[in-house]
Parts: sequence; structure tokens; C-alpha cells
Amino acid sequence: MSSVVSAKNLSLTFETNDGPVNALSDVNLEINKGEFVSFIGPSGCGKTTFLRVIADLEQPTSGEIQVNGMSPNEARSKRAYGYVFQAPALYPWRTIEKNVALPLEVIGFGKAEQVERIRRTLDLVGLAGFEKKFPWQLSGGMQQRASIARALAFDADLLLMDEPFGALDEIVRDHLNSELLKLWAATQKTIAFVTHSIPEAVYLSTKIVVMSPRPGRVTDIIDSTLPHDRPLEIRETPEFLAIAHRVRDGLRAGHSYEV
Amino acid sequence: MNLRGAGSAVPVTIVLLAILVIWYAATIWLNAPWQLDMYQRNHVTAWSPTQFVTDTWNQDRPVLPSPHQVAVELWKTTAVVAVSSKKSLIYHAWVTLSATLLGFAMGSVLGILLAVFIVHNNAMDRSLMPWIVASQTVPILAIAPMIIVVLNAVNITGLLPKSLISTYLSFFPVVVGMVKGLRSPEQLQLDLMHTYNASRLQTFFKLRWPTALPYLFTSMKIAVAASLVGAIVGELPTGAVAGLGARLLGGSYYGQTVQIWSALFAASILAGLLVIAVGIVERLVVRRMGARP
Repeated sequence: MSSVVSAKNLSLTFETNDGPVNALSDVNLEINKGEFVSFIGPSGCGKTTFLRVIADLEQPTSGEIQVNGMSPNEARSKRAYGYVFQAPALYPWRTIEKNVALPLEVIGFGKAEQVERIRRTLDLVGLAGFEKKFPWQLSGGMQQRASIARALAFDADLLLMDEPFGALDEIVRDHLNSELLKLWAATQKTIAFVTHSIPEAVYLSTKIVVMSPRPGRVTDIIDSTLPHDRPLEIRETPEFLAIAHRVRDGLRAGHSYEV
Repeated sequence: MNLRGAGSAVPVTIVLLAILVIWYAATIWLNAPWQLDMYQRNHVTAWSPTQFVTDTWNQDRPVLPSPHQVAVELWKTTAVVAVSSKKSLIYHAWVTLSATLLGFAMGSVLGILLAVFIVHNNAMDRSLMPWIVASQTVPILAIAPMIIVVLNAVNITGLLPKSLISTYLSFFPVVVGMVKGLRSPEQLQLDLMHTYNASRLQTFFKLRWPTALPYLFTSMKIAVAASLVGAIVGELPTGAVAGLGARLLGGSYYGQTVQIWSALFAASILAGLLVIAVGIVERLVVRRMGARP
């Protein structure tokens, strides 16, 4: 298996008015091709920061990180990843298809190719028929699907997702989780996924990275024993509960439950 | 009758009627001394209150002309007189309007360009912005004659000097609005462009510009009204040849208060129409950009 993301002794300190904040401290991690890796932990554990370092949106203070064997900056300039933010961040003046077209326009795909890719990705996320709608005409869940389509449109092998379903209700979230697994199986992408939810992390991942705050660090890395094919009911099996238990233990070990 | 259902027509009418009542009353009060003086000189002793009121409302050179005098003057100088005539208010309004529009166009372009530089360059932000603000503290009445005189000396006359004064007044709201507008994209929207490795030019045209458009229209509504003021002020030092400013000045030279007031009304109607025109363009653009109806 080839390594997509490789972090060695990675640290990041933010200088704030209240003194330095250790957002990431000595993080070592490998993400291999085709893996679905979840990052779980309480607020301030650095999970989002780690994703942003991969995306070259933040610069590490020390340590090394490589994305596809390159620096994050080089990887970004080669459009190595698609990023899905916590909010859909759709441009409100663009229709759904035009929002999906945004990265394609920036990268410089031809018109015909754009049309084909928009059709394909909107099909993939189940938004066919909503091409001409503006974002405000769609529900929150549909907007987030559109933002996933936008991240998929230019076929980056790595998908970075920062709590993409955090703002949605549980019923919609369940549905989108199983859709995401299908999408992952269909596209063979590597996914790094940040979440607050233990069931979500266990249900989706092949590897779960448990993090804890002050300083932000990795307390446990769990390789999931669940099969690739996962119906929603798998969440009631003893195997699932055992993994969830280990995640909770990891959080407890990092004092994540103490206020 | 359902007042709510009638929209804004009823309140507007009520306010308009109130203004007319106050205006007519003020006309009687302000024109009374001269009228009494006239009666005395002409030895008119037996005047009735009705006659007195009617007389104050219909003087030739009143201190304050009555609304119907202004209305009649407006009607005569727009509908009766040929448009090509120097007595036509439409002719004068067009002279002012052309300078206004040219100045407004130049002011908007200048304002947008300055805002783009300010937003993209820190040094520009710190060095330029104080001067831009300072420029508006200089009284335009002091600057306008100098611009006209200096440009006259280098043989630039007519439309351009007036337009430059309009530009001077109208670029300011556009700069301020556009700097705010171009800086208004959310961090997430900017991060998104960053993840695509978008160039500054792409980020500008695909994100900053569309986000700033609503700010631009708000600024342009203020700017277009300021432009009109600039054009009128620019007409004052030229010796009152043509334009609404010339009508105002000419009226005050010869004590033609009716002419002054009708020019004032023409100017405010013109300003209203210009602001409405910008508003219509705004609505068309905003609708194209998918705003909620």
C-alpha cells in the first residue's frame, strides 16, 4: 500500500494574544491509499488543524508532512485533494451545477468536459435534476451533498472532509453516512474525515485516529475489524460496540471527558 | 378601506398634502410684507382676506413662490417650450445630466480601481485611504471654481471640467463601499479558492467581485446623487450659460425665485430618477445572481 499522507513528529503552535496554543503536538501518522481514516476528539484536539495542514491551509511549526510524497504546497498546486468544509460554502450566486463547475473552471477544463463531469458527480451524490437550483432552494443535507460533488468533480484521489455532516440532524446524517460509504467504494478514494461522533467514526472508518486536547495529540490509532460492506444495522453488533468502546477508552485516556 | 393593502400610496399622499398645506401657509406669511407694502403704495384700502391670500400666492417675484406657481413654471419650461430652446428646462437638465453621467461613470470606475488596489496591496491601503478620506473634507464649493479655471487655462472647457467635479464627489462612496465589499467573502469561501490553487485573478473574478456587487450598487446610488450635485456646483462658476446650475444662478441674479424653485425641483426629480435607475439595474443583476425573491 502506498502512503498518501505521512506525518512525522508534526507540531503546530498558534501564537495568540493569550500566549501560544499547542494545536498539534508530535503527531505521527500514515494514511495509506484507499483508507477511510476518521479523526475523532473533543474541540481543540487539533483534528481540523491536522486536516488543514494536509491541505496547506495551515503551516506546521515543526516536523515533517508529505502528501503523495510531496510537500502540502506542491500537492495543493497539483490539486491532489478535494476539501469538504463543515459548512457547504456554496457560492450563493451560482446554481448547483455552476458551483460544481467552480473548481473545473479554476483548473481549466474544457466546456464539454465540464458538462460531463458535472453530470457524473451530481449523479453520484444523488442530486441529478437539481442542476439549475440555487443553493438556498436546497435543504442543508442537499447543500452538503452539492459541496461533496464539488470536491469530487476534479477527481482528486484524496478527499478531506471536516465534519461535513456536523450541522445536520441524525436521520439525514445516517443516510448520508451510508451514501458516503457507497461513494467511497465506487470511487476508491482515500478519505480523511473529521468528526465529533463516535458511532459515525466507527461506522465509516477503516482506521480511527483518537485525539485529545491541550496539547492536541494522537492518543490511539484503531484499525477497524469491521467488513467493508456495512449496512446501518452493523452498529448494533458486538464487534461495532467493542470498537466504539475502545474509542471511548482512548478519549478517556486523553482526559477528553474532563472539563 | 384597508390602509395596509394600499401599500405606501396613502402615507405618501398624506405627507405630500401636509407639505402642501405648510408650504401655502408659509407663502402667505413670507410674501405678506411686500403685499401689504404694495397695497399701501397703490392706495388699496378695501382688500378682503381672500383677495390678500390670493395675491400673496400669485406675486411676480415672491420671496417664496407658491406650489402652483412652481408647477406652472415647470410645465411651461418642459412641455410648452421647444426642447431645443434655451428656456427649456429639459435642455438645461440634459446639459447637467450629461455631465452627471460622465462624471458618475468616471467616478465609479476610479472608485472600483482604487478599491481593487487597496484590497490587494497593504501599502496602498495604508497610504491611500487617509488621502481619500481627506479629499472629501475639502469643501467642493472651494475646489470647483479652481478646477474650472485651471482647465479653462489649458483649453479644456464644456462637459469635462464639470464631470471631473462629479467624479471628485462620486468616487468616494464607491471606494468605501467596494473596499468593504471586496473584503466581505467569508474565510471558508476564500479557503475553498486556496484549495483549488486559484490565482489572485481567479479569486477576484469568481469570488470577490460577485460578493462585492451588492455593496457596489448601494454605493452607486449615493454616488449618482452626489454626481448630480457635483455637476450643478460645476455649472455655477462658468457664468451660468447652460444647465440646472445656470438656471439656479441666473434665477438668483435676477430675483426669479420661481425659476430657482423650478430648477431645484427639476434637480431633485432628476436625482430621484437616477437613483431609481441604479436601483432597477441592481434588481436585474441581483435576480440574475439568484437572490431570494
